[in-house]
Amino acid sequence: MDTPKTAEVAHIGKSVMIKGELSGSEDLYIDGQVEGTIELHGNNLTVGPNGQVRANVNAKGVVVQGKLEGNIRASDRTELRKSAIATGDIITQRMAIEEGAYFKGKVDIQRDSAKS
Amino acid sequence: MQTAQRVSRRSSGLAELAKSFASDETLCVLDLGYTSAANIRYLTERGHKIYSEDLLIASTDPDLATVNEEGKPALDSKRFLAENLTYPAAHFDVVLCWNLADYLDESLVKPVVGRLWSVLKPGGVLLAFFHTREAGPDAPCYRYHITGADTLEMQAIEPRRETRRGPTGAVHTAIESNFRLQRVFNNRHVENLFRDFASIKFFLSRDTIREVLVVR
Repeated sequence: MDTPKTAEVAHIGKSVMIKGELSGSEDLYIDGQVEGTIELHGNNLTVGPNGQVRANVNAKGVVVQGKLEGNIRASDRTELRKSAIATGDIITQRMAIEEGAYFKGKVDIQRDSAKS
Repeated sequence: MQTAQRVSRRSSGLAELAKSFASDETLCVLDLGYTSAANIRYLTERGHKIYSEDLLIASTDPDLATVNEEGKPALDSKRFLAENLTYPAAHFDVVLCWNLADYLDESLVKPVVGRLWSVLKPGGVLLAFFHTREAGPDAPCYRYHITGADTLEMQAIEPRRETRRGPTGAVHTAIESNFRLQRVFNNRHVENLFRDFASIKFFLSRDTIREVLVVR
């Protein structure tokens, strides 16, 4: 999920800056700056090592390698890689955090058997 | 962060807390140590909600630098508390404070403990570790990973290879070097520090760390 394949993944390069609402039905790789909201629902978001995202994110899977400031709601999986700086609340089904990642916020794992 | 060797340690304080973690009740837990995947996994697997906030790293924000009434360098505690530990009152059942008080700048310790009192629920529990004098001034600052009901892995925090920007956007340069032990609390100091809390329980151990469980 973290390797951008241009044929399948929309790519926002590191010189690009976007403000507003991003929504789509394909995977998205952000290595630039995005501020607003990101709605991908059944698709995956990867914030690349140069990415700086200030947005609430709703996606199937989220991988953070750069900086993400905002709440994450992932219907499947959230990964914080070692270079990640993530601030905000995370609601997800599964989560992986690499050694060295910085995280400030709440983690709420929502499984079928989770307590309410 | 470079990977440091982990040392396993039995924790009587954690063992006492683990009884709560094993209950069916969903607890709200605040972890004030360095982001630990092990702690997040341990608590979320048991159905609890975990909040992670590294106050030591936050305290290295250069924008906090100020001078106190005596003209000596200090950190701006009002600004620190405006940017950190910003939770509703009586929000948490458990606070994992680890060794924060030993390494936090003097100007922040009492304000932070005051804020922790207010964000803990009445009856909520705080776990803190304090070095004994035998630890010496170069006692490494550890991060703590929960690996079992009464077992922790201690991992020395090592210098970073590069600076990074913190959540406020400020460059944290101070964490290029190790955190230094700021002081050694004796039992009376610890009791004074938590005097607004309802009860305090000390756990002696074979190493140079005392464990304290404090109930609001």
